[in-house]
Amino acid sequence: MSSMIVLEGIGVQKWTYIMVGLTFAIYIGIAIWSRASSTKDFYVAGGGVSPLANGMATAADWMSAASFISMAGIISFAGYDGAVYLMGWTGGYVLLALLLAPYLRKFGKFTVPDFIGDRYYSKTARLVAVFCALLVSFTYVAGQMRGVGIVFSRFLEVDINTGVIIGMIIVLFYAVLGGMKGITYTQVAQYCVLIFAFMVPAIFISIQMTGNPIPQLGFGSQLADGSGTYLLDKLDGLSTQLGFAEYTEGSKSMIDVFAITLALMVGTAGLPHVIVRFFTVKRVRDARKSAGIALLLIAILYTTAPAVAVFARTNLIETVSDKPYANVPDWFTKWETTGLITFTDKNNDGNIQYLADNNKNELVVDRDIMVLANPEIARLPNWVIALVAAGGLAAALSTAAGLLLVISASVSHDLIKKIINPKISDKGELVAARLSAVGAVCVAGYFGINPPGFVAAVVALAFGLAAASFFPAIILGIFYKRMNKEGAIAGMVVGIVSMLLYMIKYKLGWFDETLPDKSEWWFGISPEGFGTVAMLLNFVVSITIMKFTSPPPEEVQDIVEKIRIPSGAGEATGH
Amino acid sequence: MTKSNAQAYWKENIRYVLILLAIWFLVSYGAGILFKDELNQIKIAGFKLGFWFAQQGSMYVFVILIFIYVRLMNKLDKKYGYDE
Repeated sequence: MSSMIVLEGIGVQKWTYIMVGLTFAIYIGIAIWSRASSTKDFYVAGGGVSPLANGMATAADWMSAASFISMAGIISFAGYDGAVYLMGWTGGYVLLALLLAPYLRKFGKFTVPDFIGDRYYSKTARLVAVFCALLVSFTYVAGQMRGVGIVFSRFLEVDINTGVIIGMIIVLFYAVLGGMKGITYTQVAQYCVLIFAFMVPAIFISIQMTGNPIPQLGFGSQLADGSGTYLLDKLDGLSTQLGFAEYTEGSKSMIDVFAITLALMVGTAGLPHVIVRFFTVKRVRDARKSAGIALLLIAILYTTAPAVAVFARTNLIETVSDKPYANVPDWFTKWETTGLITFTDKNNDGNIQYLADNNKNELVVDRDIMVLANPEIARLPNWVIALVAAGGLAAALSTAAGLLLVISASVSHDLIKKIINPKISDKGELVAARLSAVGAVCVAGYFGINPPGFVAAVVALAFGLAAASFFPAIILGIFYKRMNKEGAIAGMVVGIVSMLLYMIKYKLGWFDETLPDKSEWWFGISPEGFGTVAMLLNFVVSITIMKFTSPPPEEVQDIVEKIRIPSGAGEATGH
Repeated sequence: MTKSNAQAYWKENIRYVLILLAIWFLVSYGAGILFKDELNQIKIAGFKLGFWFAQQGSMYVFVILIFIYVRLMNKLDKKYGYDE
């Protein structure tokens, strides 16, 4: 009993130091234990990772600061429309497992540009692939560093820049030392931390609000207050009262929801840092199995997120709407100092009016804080709040490390070894890989400290680019034996360029004086969903050009026949 | 292994993939998006059915689909002598 009282007495900040310090010590310990000694260790963890470990590592690699910190918040403001992220970022794994992972594992090389370069017997194709891999990975990693900075600044109350630098040093340490091997085993630990940190508050709040300990069922249950009202009905009611769209209906057009979901799914399946994970297992059957395990582990968080969204949204409205500003709780004031919550008393009545109508609304809440603030809004114990901070860091660091590895492999393997200096020794290549990882961390840190004003646009662009470039090239490479280099290169270039142009015109507005209105979108499809159109363009161009050019050489067609058969995968090799 | 063996294996594999992808499409794009409004007329506990498919059901089906594929392919590998 007395120890409970002592624990209650420790503040959030001390708890956060304890939790973050403990988890960081674990990551560093693992990194020292699993150092890389060859390029094979560095790129694909020696190729002997078990399907379970690979599944956990893939899940941690995939679930970034965006999944952990931002997604539930975005859903809580978007309602039904948030489904594009839920379905988009999980459905891609079905495509990966059925269409890509087994064959790329059988192909047995180190990187995605390796596959594109060999399958399309062309240095140009390899270069285009390297360019896409670097662009996609850099935009992503900058976002992760920013996430690290936000967590540090809010919970440890250090400057955002200091937070970014601490994060850089940690990632640098284990990515450079351990390569893929170090990353894989730290990601296993990070998965455990992040899923525990996400589930504990969700379960607490689910019990609090509905009496049901399973959040996935809780948000479809009746309220615990005995009124007999369903939680979702109540939230629909609250939303319409304040002038918002009904929570379960959403406001995006059907074609746009369709296009965004497809672009995210296909983009997920085309992301190099996800694909490369399937090079690390022993056999083709292990690649299939670990895709299943990865999605199962991801789905635990992804099916909980919409429940968290509903809890957080309801709690937020009930806590602040029409309440006197003088009586706001402590968390409200703390987030106000970070600038992520703002209140302007437009009608000077001293109460908070939270409304859909922009002219009367007095409260602006940044979507990114919902998950972090949720335990505080629900008044959970301090250690739970600290746990969420450690979980957010685990999610951001694990994804950042995976991306840095793709960047360093693209430079040291695809550019230096395969194009610039093929005679480089294994040792020399390992040094180059480590140096490029250092360089990549520094660039990522720079963007974390000085984020470009259009981070969100660029992240959406990363998915669009992956969907428009890699996905069709890899699918056609496996399932269409006659696909040749002319078709594939033309397809990738058309896909990337159309995606870039649409994004620049309709998302960044650089072509016009002002950003063009929604009504000008092609077929009503937003820039986020345009990856779907660009992907279709890629397929059409690839197949058309192929029809008019000569088929690939005999030995390439033999490679295709060979990757379709699962046995004899051997070990991944760089030669 | 002969070439015809490999071709027969590939054909069966493609059939499995097409069937599973059809289900993948139906639960997400079908139930969760295209027929959402019709399904929302049906309510199970607090969930409107279309909303539930979009934010819950489709993800459960995705996980199950991959594990079905793993099982089918392991059997197929054995049948054609490609298991190891």
